[in-house]
Amino acid sequence: MPSRLSLLRQKEPALKFTRRSAITVVVLLVLGYLFYHFFISKGITYTWHWNDIPKYLFYFGKRHPSEPVPSWHMGALMMGLTLTLKISVVSILFAIIIGLIVGIARLSEEPITKFITACYVELIRGTPLLVQIYIIYFFIGTMLRLSAFAAGAAALSIFEGAYVGEIVRAGIQSIHKGQMEAARSLGMSYAQAMRHIILPQALKRIIPPLAGQFISLIKDSSLVSVIALADLTFRAQQAVAQSLDAFEIYFTAAGLYLVMTFTLSMVTQYIERRMAVSD
Amino acid sequence: MIDAQHVYKTFITPDKRKVEALVDFTLHIDPGEVVVIIGPSGSGKSTFLRCINRLEEIDRGKITVDGQDLHAPKADINKIREEIGMVFQHFNLFPHKTVMENVTLAQEIVRKRKKSEAIEIAEALLKKVGILDKKDVYPSQLSGGQQQRVAIARSLAMQPKVMLFDEATSALDPEMIGEVLDVMKTLAREGMTMVVVTHEMGFAREVADRVIFMDSGKIVETGTPEHFFTNPEHERTKLFLSQIL
Repeated sequence: MPSRLSLLRQKEPALKFTRRSAITVVVLLVLGYLFYHFFISKGITYTWHWNDIPKYLFYFGKRHPSEPVPSWHMGALMMGLTLTLKISVVSILFAIIIGLIVGIARLSEEPITKFITACYVELIRGTPLLVQIYIIYFFIGTMLRLSAFAAGAAALSIFEGAYVGEIVRAGIQSIHKGQMEAARSLGMSYAQAMRHIILPQALKRIIPPLAGQFISLIKDSSLVSVIALADLTFRAQQAVAQSLDAFEIYFTAAGLYLVMTFTLSMVTQYIERRMAVSD
Repeated sequence: MIDAQHVYKTFITPDKRKVEALVDFTLHIDPGEVVVIIGPSGSGKSTFLRCINRLEEIDRGKITVDGQDLHAPKADINKIREEIGMVFQHFNLFPHKTVMENVTLAQEIVRKRKKSEAIEIAEALLKKVGILDKKDVYPSQLSGGQQQRVAIARSLAMQPKVMLFDEATSALDPEMIGEVLDVMKTLAREGMTMVVVTHEMGFAREVADRVIFMDSGKIVETGTPEHFFTNPEHERTKLFLSQIL
Protein backbone atom coordinates (compact mmCIF):
# COMPACT_ATOMS: atom_id res chain seq x y z
CA MET A 1 0.00 0.00 0.00
CA PRO A 2 1.72 3.20 -1.09
CA SER A 3 1.87 5.86 1.54
CA ARG A 4 -0.77 8.52 1.06
CA LEU A 5 1.92 11.10 1.52
CA SER A 6 4.11 9.80 -1.26
CA LEU A 7 2.19 11.84 -3.81
CA LEU A 8 3.04 14.99 -1.94
CA ARG A 9 6.68 14.15 -1.69
CA GLN A 10 7.54 14.57 -5.32
CA LYS A 11 10.71 16.48 -5.78
CA GLU A 12 10.11 20.18 -5.48
CA PRO A 13 11.05 22.08 -8.62
CA ALA A 14 14.15 24.25 -8.30
CA LEU A 15 13.36 27.90 -7.60
CA LYS A 16 13.55 30.03 -10.71
CA PHE A 17 13.90 33.79 -10.92
CA THR A 18 11.41 35.12 -13.41
CA ARG A 19 10.04 38.47 -14.48
CA ARG A 20 7.58 38.19 -11.64
CA SER A 21 10.49 38.11 -9.17
CA ALA A 22 11.81 41.35 -10.65
CA ILE A 23 8.41 43.03 -10.30
CA THR A 24 8.21 41.85 -6.68
CA VAL A 25 11.57 43.38 -5.92
CA VAL A 26 10.56 46.72 -7.44
CA VAL A 27 7.29 46.78 -5.47
CA LEU A 28 9.12 46.00 -2.22
CA LEU A 29 11.64 48.77 -2.86
CA VAL A 30 8.90 51.30 -3.47
CA LEU A 31 7.02 50.23 -0.32
CA GLY A 32 10.25 50.41 1.66
CA TYR A 33 10.95 53.93 0.47
CA LEU A 34 7.41 55.09 1.25
CA PHE A 35 7.66 53.60 4.74
CA TYR A 36 10.94 55.42 5.34
CA HIS A 37 9.62 58.66 3.90
CA PHE A 38 6.41 58.83 5.90
CA PHE A 39 7.37 57.20 9.18
CA ILE A 40 11.04 56.88 9.92
CA SER A 41 12.44 60.10 8.51
CA LYS A 42 9.71 62.32 9.97
CA GLY A 43 9.28 60.42 13.20
CA ILE A 44 11.52 60.41 16.16
CA THR A 45 15.15 61.26 16.27
CA TYR A 46 16.93 58.44 17.99
CA THR A 47 20.60 57.97 18.60
CA TRP A 48 21.53 54.33 18.42
CA HIS A 49 23.80 52.99 21.13
CA TRP A 50 24.65 49.58 19.74
CA ASN A 51 28.03 49.67 21.45
CA ASP A 52 26.21 49.41 24.80
CA ILE A 53 24.82 46.02 23.88
CA PRO A 54 27.81 43.63 24.11
CA LYS A 55 28.11 44.11 27.83
CA TYR A 56 24.62 42.72 28.25
CA LEU A 57 25.81 39.55 26.57
CA PHE A 58 29.31 39.06 27.99
CA TYR A 59 31.60 41.34 29.89
CA PHE A 60 35.05 41.27 31.40
CA GLY A 61 35.25 42.51 34.92
CA LYS A 62 34.23 41.85 38.49
CA ARG A 63 30.72 40.68 39.23
CA HIS A 64 31.18 41.92 42.76
CA PRO A 65 33.85 44.19 44.29
CA SER A 66 34.99 41.35 46.53
CA GLU A 67 36.17 39.24 43.57
CA PRO A 68 39.99 39.21 43.56
CA VAL A 69 40.62 39.31 39.80
CA PRO A 70 38.35 40.33 36.95
CA SER A 71 37.23 37.64 34.52
CA TRP A 72 34.65 36.97 31.78
CA HIS A 73 31.02 36.84 32.92
CA MET A 74 27.65 36.44 31.32
CA GLY A 75 25.79 39.70 30.97
CA ALA A 76 22.18 40.22 31.96
CA LEU A 77 20.67 39.13 28.67
CA MET A 78 22.71 35.92 28.52
CA MET A 79 21.71 35.08 32.08
CA GLY A 80 18.10 35.67 31.07
CA LEU A 81 18.60 33.47 28.01
CA THR A 82 19.93 30.67 30.23
CA LEU A 83 16.87 30.79 32.43
CA THR A 84 14.53 30.90 29.43
CA LEU A 85 16.31 27.85 28.01
CA LYS A 86 16.09 26.01 31.31
CA ILE A 87 12.42 26.67 31.88
CA SER A 88 11.64 25.87 28.23
CA VAL A 89 13.45 22.53 28.26
CA VAL A 90 11.83 21.47 31.54
CA SER A 91 8.40 22.56 30.33
CA ILE A 92 8.79 20.83 26.96
CA LEU A 93 9.65 17.55 28.70
CA PHE A 94 6.67 17.77 31.04
CA ALA A 95 4.39 18.97 28.25
CA ILE A 96 5.31 15.84 26.27
CA ILE A 97 4.53 13.59 29.24
CA ILE A 98 1.24 15.34 29.98
CA GLY A 99 0.37 15.44 26.28
CA LEU A 100 0.95 11.71 25.79
CA ILE A 101 -1.19 10.81 28.78
CA VAL A 102 -3.96 13.24 27.85
CA GLY A 103 -3.88 12.31 24.16
CA ILE A 104 -4.27 8.61 24.91
CA ALA A 105 -6.76 9.17 27.71
CA ARG A 106 -9.01 11.25 25.48
CA LEU A 107 -9.36 8.25 23.20
CA SER A 108 -10.27 5.99 26.10
CA GLU A 109 -13.61 4.24 26.02
CA GLU A 110 -13.93 4.79 29.75
CA PRO A 111 -16.31 7.78 30.11
CA ILE A 112 -14.87 9.31 33.30
CA THR A 113 -11.28 9.35 32.02
CA LYS A 114 -12.51 10.81 28.78
CA PHE A 115 -14.57 13.46 30.52
CA ILE A 116 -11.82 14.54 32.92
CA THR A 117 -9.21 14.90 30.18
CA ALA A 118 -11.67 16.72 27.92
CA CYS A 119 -12.37 19.16 30.77
CA TYR A 120 -8.66 19.70 31.30
CA VAL A 121 -8.10 20.51 27.66
CA GLU A 122 -11.08 22.87 27.41
CA LEU A 123 -10.29 24.62 30.68
CA ILE A 124 -6.63 25.19 29.89
CA ARG A 125 -7.13 26.17 26.28
CA GLY A 126 -9.99 28.46 27.17
CA THR A 127 -8.18 30.65 29.70
CA PRO A 128 -5.17 32.93 29.17
CA LEU A 129 -1.74 31.66 30.09
CA LEU A 130 -1.02 34.87 31.97
CA VAL A 131 -3.98 34.26 34.27
CA GLN A 132 -2.93 30.64 34.75
CA ILE A 133 0.58 31.73 35.72
CA TYR A 134 -0.85 34.08 38.35
CA ILE A 135 -3.18 31.41 39.72
CA ILE A 136 -0.47 28.77 39.89
CA TYR A 137 2.12 31.11 41.39
CA PHE A 138 0.01 33.02 43.91
CA PHE A 139 -2.54 30.39 44.84
CA ILE A 140 -1.21 26.88 44.27
CA GLY A 141 2.40 28.01 44.60
CA THR A 142 1.73 29.53 47.99
CA MET A 143 -0.10 26.47 49.25
CA LEU A 144 2.59 24.06 48.08
CA ARG A 145 5.47 26.47 48.72
CA LEU A 146 6.64 26.29 45.11
CA SER A 147 9.57 28.37 43.96
CA ALA A 148 8.89 30.88 41.20
CA PHE A 149 10.76 28.62 38.79
CA ALA A 150 8.69 25.55 39.72
CA ALA A 151 5.46 27.54 39.48
CA GLY A 152 6.46 29.03 36.13
CA ALA A 153 7.53 25.65 34.71
CA ALA A 154 4.36 24.02 36.04
CA ALA A 155 2.15 26.68 34.46
CA LEU A 156 3.91 26.37 31.10
CA SER A 157 3.84 22.54 31.16
CA ILE A 158 0.17 22.39 32.06
CA PHE A 159 -0.72 24.99 29.45
CA GLU A 160 1.26 23.49 26.59
CA GLY A 161 0.38 19.93 27.69
CA ALA A 162 -3.24 20.58 26.75
CA TYR A 163 -2.23 21.55 23.21
CA VAL A 164 0.25 18.69 22.91
CA GLY A 165 -2.50 16.33 24.09
CA GLU A 166 -4.73 17.42 21.22
CA ILE A 167 -1.88 17.02 18.76
CA VAL A 168 -1.12 13.52 20.10
CA ARG A 169 -4.80 12.57 19.92
CA ALA A 170 -5.05 13.73 16.31
CA GLY A 171 -1.86 11.85 15.49
CA ILE A 172 -3.13 8.60 16.97
CA GLN A 173 -6.47 8.97 15.22
CA SER A 174 -4.73 9.51 11.90
CA ILE A 175 -3.21 6.01 12.04
CA HIS A 176 -5.37 3.54 10.17
CA LYS A 177 -7.30 1.26 12.53
CA GLY A 178 -5.95 -1.76 10.65
CA GLN A 179 -2.61 -1.12 12.36
CA MET A 180 -4.11 -1.61 15.80
CA GLU A 181 -6.05 -4.64 14.59
CA ALA A 182 -2.95 -6.23 13.08
CA ALA A 183 -0.97 -5.63 16.26
CA ARG A 184 -3.74 -6.98 18.50
CA SER A 185 -4.31 -10.01 16.26
CA LEU A 186 -0.66 -10.93 16.84
CA GLY A 187 -1.36 -11.09 20.56
CA MET A 188 0.02 -7.69 21.54
CA SER A 189 -1.69 -5.95 24.43
CA TYR A 190 -3.21 -2.49 23.91
CA ALA A 191 -0.18 -0.94 25.60
CA GLN A 192 2.31 -2.90 23.50
CA ALA A 193 0.47 -2.01 20.31
CA MET A 194 0.43 1.65 21.32
CA ARG A 195 4.10 1.71 22.19
CA HIS A 196 5.52 -0.28 19.29
CA ILE A 197 3.05 0.30 16.47
CA ILE A 198 0.74 3.28 16.89
CA LEU A 199 2.80 5.92 18.71
CA PRO A 200 5.95 5.64 16.57
CA GLN A 201 3.87 6.18 13.44
CA ALA A 202 1.80 8.93 15.04
CA LEU A 203 4.94 10.66 16.30
CA LYS A 204 6.32 10.89 12.81
CA ARG A 205 3.18 12.65 11.63
CA ILE A 206 2.90 15.05 14.54
CA ILE A 207 6.47 16.32 14.51
CA PRO A 208 5.62 19.45 12.45
CA PRO A 209 2.72 20.60 14.69
CA LEU A 210 4.69 19.63 17.80
CA ALA A 211 7.61 21.75 16.64
CA GLY A 212 5.23 24.67 16.20
CA GLN A 213 3.86 24.10 19.69
CA PHE A 214 7.32 24.03 21.27
CA ILE A 215 8.33 27.17 19.42
CA SER A 216 5.21 28.75 20.91
CA LEU A 217 6.26 27.49 24.31
CA ILE A 218 9.65 29.17 24.08
CA LYS A 219 7.97 32.46 23.22
CA ASP A 220 5.18 32.00 25.79
CA SER A 221 7.86 31.49 28.43
CA SER A 222 8.42 35.27 28.28
CA LEU A 223 5.21 35.59 30.31
CA VAL A 224 6.88 34.08 33.39
CA SER A 225 8.69 37.40 33.76
CA VAL A 226 5.51 38.58 35.52
CA ILE A 227 6.29 36.40 38.53
CA ALA A 228 9.75 37.93 38.82
CA LEU A 229 11.52 35.04 37.15
CA ALA A 230 14.64 36.57 35.63
CA ASP A 231 14.15 35.22 32.13
CA LEU A 232 15.25 36.89 28.92
CA THR A 233 12.26 39.23 28.78
CA PHE A 234 12.60 40.18 32.45
CA ARG A 235 16.31 40.90 32.07
CA ALA A 236 15.64 42.93 28.95
CA GLN A 237 13.04 45.04 30.77
CA GLN A 238 15.50 45.64 33.58
CA ALA A 239 18.30 46.55 31.20
CA VAL A 240 16.03 49.00 29.40
CA ALA A 241 15.03 50.61 32.68
CA GLN A 242 18.68 51.02 33.52
CA SER A 243 20.09 52.19 30.18
CA LEU A 244 17.07 53.49 28.24
CA ASP A 245 18.44 51.72 25.14
CA ALA A 246 14.99 50.30 24.53
CA PHE A 247 15.29 49.61 20.81
CA GLU A 248 18.70 48.01 20.91
CA ILE A 249 17.95 45.81 23.89
CA TYR A 250 14.53 44.64 22.72
CA PHE A 251 15.91 43.97 19.24
CA THR A 252 18.71 41.94 20.80
CA ALA A 253 16.28 40.03 23.02
CA ALA A 254 14.08 39.30 20.02
CA GLY A 255 17.15 38.12 18.14
CA LEU A 256 18.04 35.76 20.98
CA TYR A 257 14.51 34.32 20.99
CA LEU A 258 14.82 33.85 17.26
CA VAL A 259 18.09 31.97 17.68
CA MET A 260 16.38 29.52 20.06
CA THR A 261 13.26 29.02 17.98
CA PHE A 262 15.15 28.76 14.71
CA THR A 263 17.51 26.17 16.19
CA LEU A 264 14.54 24.12 17.36
CA SER A 265 13.01 24.46 13.92
CA MET A 266 16.18 23.17 12.27
CA VAL A 267 16.49 20.28 14.71
CA THR A 268 12.93 19.13 14.02
CA GLN A 269 13.45 19.36 10.27
CA TYR A 270 16.50 17.17 10.67
CA ILE A 271 14.51 14.64 12.72
CA GLU A 272 11.73 14.70 10.13
CA ARG A 273 14.17 13.87 7.36
CA ARG A 274 15.71 11.10 9.43
CA MET A 275 12.32 9.54 10.07
CA ALA A 276 11.34 9.64 6.41
CA VAL A 277 13.48 6.59 5.56
CA SER A 278 10.56 4.15 5.82
CA ASP A 279 8.32 6.11 3.42
CA MET B 1 -10.61 -26.34 16.75
CA ILE B 2 -13.17 -23.58 16.30
CA ASP B 3 -16.66 -23.89 17.60
CA ALA B 4 -19.28 -21.19 17.22
CA GLN B 5 -22.66 -21.74 18.86
CA HIS B 6 -25.71 -19.60 18.17
CA VAL B 7 -23.73 -16.43 17.58
CA TYR B 8 -25.58 -13.16 17.07
CA LYS B 9 -23.97 -9.91 16.04
CA THR B 10 -25.71 -6.67 15.15
CA PHE B 11 -24.09 -3.50 13.89
CA ILE B 12 -25.58 -0.08 14.27
CA THR B 13 -24.81 1.93 11.17
CA PRO B 14 -23.97 5.64 11.45
CA ASP B 15 -27.53 6.49 10.42
CA LYS B 16 -28.82 4.36 13.32
CA ARG B 17 -30.02 1.44 11.27
CA LYS B 18 -29.55 -2.05 12.67
CA VAL B 19 -27.69 -4.48 10.47
CA GLU B 20 -27.80 -8.12 11.49
CA ALA B 21 -24.38 -9.43 10.56
CA LEU B 22 -24.68 -12.84 12.20
CA VAL B 23 -27.96 -14.52 13.05
CA ASP B 24 -27.95 -17.71 15.13
CA PHE B 25 -24.68 -18.65 13.51
CA THR B 26 -23.40 -22.13 14.37
CA LEU B 27 -20.30 -23.71 12.88
CA HIS B 28 -17.76 -26.29 13.94
CA ILE B 29 -14.33 -26.53 12.37
CA ASP B 30 -12.02 -29.49 12.99
CA PRO B 31 -8.26 -29.26 13.41
CA GLY B 32 -6.50 -29.33 10.05
CA GLU B 33 -9.64 -28.45 8.18
CA VAL B 34 -9.62 -25.82 5.43
CA VAL B 35 -12.94 -24.02 5.37
CA VAL B 36 -13.71 -21.50 2.67
CA ILE B 37 -16.52 -19.04 3.31
CA ILE B 38 -18.12 -17.42 0.30
CA GLY B 39 -21.07 -15.14 -0.10
CA PRO B 40 -22.14 -11.71 -1.27
CA SER B 41 -20.69 -8.66 0.44
CA GLY B 42 -22.50 -7.80 3.63
CA SER B 43 -23.38 -11.44 4.22
CA GLY B 44 -21.43 -11.53 7.50
CA LYS B 45 -18.49 -13.67 6.41
CA SER B 46 -15.79 -11.17 7.40
CA THR B 47 -17.67 -10.39 10.59
CA PHE B 48 -17.59 -14.04 11.59
CA LEU B 49 -13.86 -14.20 10.90
CA ARG B 50 -13.26 -11.11 13.04
CA CYS B 51 -15.35 -12.56 15.84
CA ILE B 52 -13.08 -15.61 15.99
CA ASN B 53 -10.27 -13.48 17.44
CA ARG B 54 -12.54 -10.96 19.06
CA LEU B 55 -11.71 -8.04 16.82
CA GLU B 56 -15.51 -7.82 16.92
CA GLU B 57 -17.47 -8.53 20.07
CA ILE B 58 -20.49 -10.77 19.67
CA ASP B 59 -23.89 -9.91 21.13
CA ARG B 60 -24.92 -13.42 22.08
CA GLY B 61 -23.70 -16.99 21.73
CA LYS B 62 -20.41 -18.70 22.36
CA ILE B 63 -17.19 -19.13 20.44
CA THR B 64 -14.40 -21.44 21.55
CA VAL B 65 -11.02 -21.74 19.90
CA ASP B 66 -8.88 -24.77 20.75
CA GLY B 67 -11.15 -25.43 23.71
CA GLN B 68 -10.87 -21.91 25.13
CA ASP B 69 -14.02 -19.88 25.48
CA LEU B 70 -13.28 -16.42 24.03
CA HIS B 71 -15.74 -14.73 26.35
CA ALA B 72 -15.05 -16.62 29.57
CA PRO B 73 -14.58 -14.12 32.40
CA LYS B 74 -11.00 -15.25 32.91
CA ALA B 75 -10.13 -15.55 29.22
CA ASP B 76 -6.88 -13.77 28.37
CA ILE B 77 -7.65 -12.59 24.87
CA ASN B 78 -4.02 -11.74 24.12
CA LYS B 79 -2.99 -15.31 24.94
CA ILE B 80 -5.75 -16.72 22.77
CA ARG B 81 -4.88 -14.41 19.90
CA GLU B 82 -1.29 -15.68 19.91
CA GLU B 83 -2.72 -18.94 18.60
CA ILE B 84 -4.85 -17.32 15.90
CA GLY B 85 -3.08 -15.83 12.91
CA MET B 86 -4.96 -13.30 10.83
CA VAL B 87 -4.27 -12.01 7.36
CA PHE B 88 -6.07 -8.84 6.32
CA GLN B 89 -7.35 -7.61 3.00
CA HIS B 90 -5.12 -4.55 3.19
CA PHE B 91 -2.10 -6.41 4.64
CA ASN B 92 -1.69 -3.96 7.53
CA LEU B 93 2.06 -4.36 7.66
CA PHE B 94 3.77 -1.98 10.06
CA PRO B 95 5.11 0.69 7.70
CA HIS B 96 7.76 2.01 10.11
CA LYS B 97 9.36 -1.42 10.49
CA THR B 98 11.42 -3.35 7.95
CA VAL B 99 10.16 -6.65 6.61
CA MET B 100 12.36 -8.49 9.10
CA GLU B 101 11.18 -6.36 12.02
CA ASN B 102 7.57 -6.90 10.97
CA VAL B 103 8.08 -10.64 11.34
CA THR B 104 10.19 -10.59 14.49
CA LEU B 105 8.51 -7.89 16.61
CA ALA B 106 5.58 -9.90 17.97
CA GLN B 107 7.79 -12.96 18.42
CA GLU B 108 10.01 -10.95 20.72
CA ILE B 109 7.49 -8.95 22.71
CA VAL B 110 4.60 -11.44 22.77
CA ARG B 111 6.23 -14.86 22.50
CA LYS B 112 9.30 -13.56 24.43
CA ARG B 113 11.75 -15.18 22.07
CA LYS B 114 15.36 -14.12 21.91
CA LYS B 115 16.19 -11.85 19.02
CA SER B 116 18.47 -14.42 17.39
CA GLU B 117 15.80 -17.09 17.62
CA ALA B 118 13.15 -14.75 16.24
CA ILE B 119 15.38 -13.85 13.30
CA GLU B 120 16.05 -17.49 12.57
CA ILE B 121 12.34 -18.28 12.49
CA ALA B 122 11.64 -15.18 10.43
CA GLU B 123 14.29 -16.05 7.87
CA ALA B 124 12.89 -19.55 7.45
CA LEU B 125 9.37 -18.17 6.95
CA LEU B 126 10.41 -15.38 4.61
CA LYS B 127 12.21 -17.98 2.57
CA LYS B 128 9.10 -20.12 2.55
CA VAL B 129 6.97 -17.27 1.20
CA GLY B 130 9.75 -16.44 -1.25
CA ILE B 131 10.70 -12.99 -0.08
CA LEU B 132 13.85 -13.42 1.98
CA ASP B 133 15.84 -11.16 -0.34
CA LYS B 134 13.63 -8.22 0.71
CA LYS B 135 14.09 -8.67 4.43
CA ASP B 136 15.73 -5.30 5.01
CA VAL B 137 13.40 -3.07 3.00
CA TYR B 138 10.36 -1.21 4.26
CA PRO B 139 6.84 -2.34 3.27
CA SER B 140 6.27 0.74 1.10
CA GLN B 141 8.91 -0.55 -1.29
CA LEU B 142 7.08 -3.84 -1.87
CA SER B 143 4.29 -4.73 -4.28
CA GLY B 144 0.91 -5.71 -2.87
CA GLY B 145 1.56 -9.40 -3.42
CA GLN B 146 4.92 -9.18 -1.68
CA GLN B 147 3.39 -7.28 1.23
CA GLN B 148 0.68 -9.87 1.65
CA ARG B 149 3.26 -12.68 1.68
CA VAL B 150 5.18 -10.83 4.39
CA ALA B 151 1.92 -10.46 6.32
CA ILE B 152 1.38 -14.21 6.09
CA ALA B 153 4.93 -14.84 7.31
CA ARG B 154 4.33 -12.38 10.17
CA SER B 155 1.30 -14.36 11.32
CA LEU B 156 2.99 -17.72 10.87
CA ALA B 157 5.95 -16.59 12.97
CA MET B 158 3.70 -16.78 16.02
CA GLN B 159 3.20 -20.46 15.19
CA PRO B 160 -0.57 -20.20 15.43
CA LYS B 161 -2.92 -23.16 15.49
CA VAL B 162 -5.43 -21.45 13.22
CA MET B 163 -5.02 -19.05 10.33
CA LEU B 164 -7.79 -16.67 9.30
CA PHE B 165 -7.70 -15.08 5.86
CA ASP B 166 -9.99 -12.08 5.41
CA GLU B 167 -10.23 -11.53 1.64
CA ALA B 168 -6.47 -11.79 1.48
CA THR B 169 -6.31 -11.37 -2.30
CA SER B 170 -9.13 -8.87 -2.89
CA ALA B 171 -6.89 -5.79 -2.81
CA LEU B 172 -4.26 -7.25 -5.12
CA ASP B 173 -3.59 -6.64 -8.79
CA PRO B 174 -4.68 -9.71 -10.76
CA GLU B 175 -1.16 -10.81 -11.60
CA MET B 176 -0.21 -10.94 -7.93
CA ILE B 177 -3.11 -13.03 -6.72
CA GLY B 178 -1.43 -16.25 -7.80
CA GLU B 179 1.70 -15.82 -5.68
CA VAL B 180 -0.37 -15.28 -2.53
CA LEU B 181 -2.74 -18.14 -3.29
CA ASP B 182 0.27 -20.41 -3.81
CA VAL B 183 1.49 -19.65 -0.30
CA MET B 184 -1.99 -20.33 1.07
CA LYS B 185 -2.19 -23.62 -0.81
CA THR B 186 1.14 -24.74 0.60
CA LEU B 187 -0.09 -23.97 4.09
CA ALA B 188 -3.28 -25.91 3.53
CA ARG B 189 -1.32 -28.93 2.32
CA GLU B 190 0.84 -28.80 5.43
CA GLY B 191 -2.25 -29.34 7.54
CA MET B 192 -2.87 -25.84 8.92
CA THR B 193 -6.39 -25.19 10.14
CA MET B 194 -7.61 -22.39 7.92
CA VAL B 195 -10.72 -20.27 7.63
CA VAL B 196 -10.66 -18.40 4.37
CA VAL B 197 -13.05 -15.69 3.29
CA THR B 198 -12.48 -15.22 -0.41
CA HIS B 199 -13.93 -14.61 -3.83
CA GLU B 200 -11.37 -16.92 -5.43
CA MET B 201 -13.53 -19.83 -6.49
CA GLY B 202 -10.56 -21.61 -8.00
CA PHE B 203 -8.92 -21.69 -4.59
CA ALA B 204 -12.11 -22.92 -2.97
CA ARG B 205 -12.45 -25.71 -5.50
CA GLU B 206 -8.86 -26.82 -5.27
CA VAL B 207 -8.04 -26.53 -1.58
CA ALA B 208 -11.18 -26.39 0.55
CA ASP B 209 -12.30 -29.34 2.61
CA ARG B 210 -15.59 -27.59 3.03
CA VAL B 211 -17.23 -24.62 1.40
CA ILE B 212 -19.78 -22.51 3.24
CA PHE B 213 -22.12 -20.15 1.50
CA MET B 214 -23.42 -17.32 3.67
CA ASP B 215 -26.13 -14.78 3.08
CA SER B 216 -27.68 -12.25 5.48
CA GLY B 217 -25.73 -13.52 8.46
CA LYS B 218 -26.75 -17.15 8.04
CA ILE B 219 -25.27 -20.26 6.52
CA VAL B 220 -27.31 -21.01 3.44
CA GLU B 221 -25.48 -24.06 2.25
CA THR B 222 -22.44 -26.06 3.22
CA GLY B 223 -20.69 -28.92 1.50
CA THR B 224 -17.63 -30.16 -0.34
CA PRO B 225 -16.30 -28.05 -3.20
CA GLU B 226 -17.46 -30.73 -5.58
CA HIS B 227 -21.02 -30.52 -4.32
CA PHE B 228 -20.91 -26.75 -4.52
CA PHE B 229 -19.60 -26.31 -7.97
CA THR B 230 -21.45 -29.20 -9.61
CA ASN B 231 -24.91 -29.27 -8.07
CA PRO B 232 -25.66 -26.63 -5.45
CA GLU B 233 -29.08 -27.11 -3.88
CA HIS B 234 -30.33 -23.67 -2.93
CA GLU B 235 -31.58 -21.13 -5.41
CA ARG B 236 -29.64 -18.39 -3.63
CA THR B 237 -26.40 -20.32 -3.98
CA LYS B 238 -27.05 -21.02 -7.65
CA LEU B 239 -27.74 -17.37 -8.29
CA PHE B 240 -24.59 -16.27 -6.49
CA LEU B 241 -22.38 -18.79 -8.24
CA SER B 242 -23.86 -17.97 -11.63
CA GLN B 243 -23.04 -14.33 -11.04
CA ILE B 244 -19.40 -14.80 -10.13
CA LEU B 245 -18.30 -17.84 -12.13
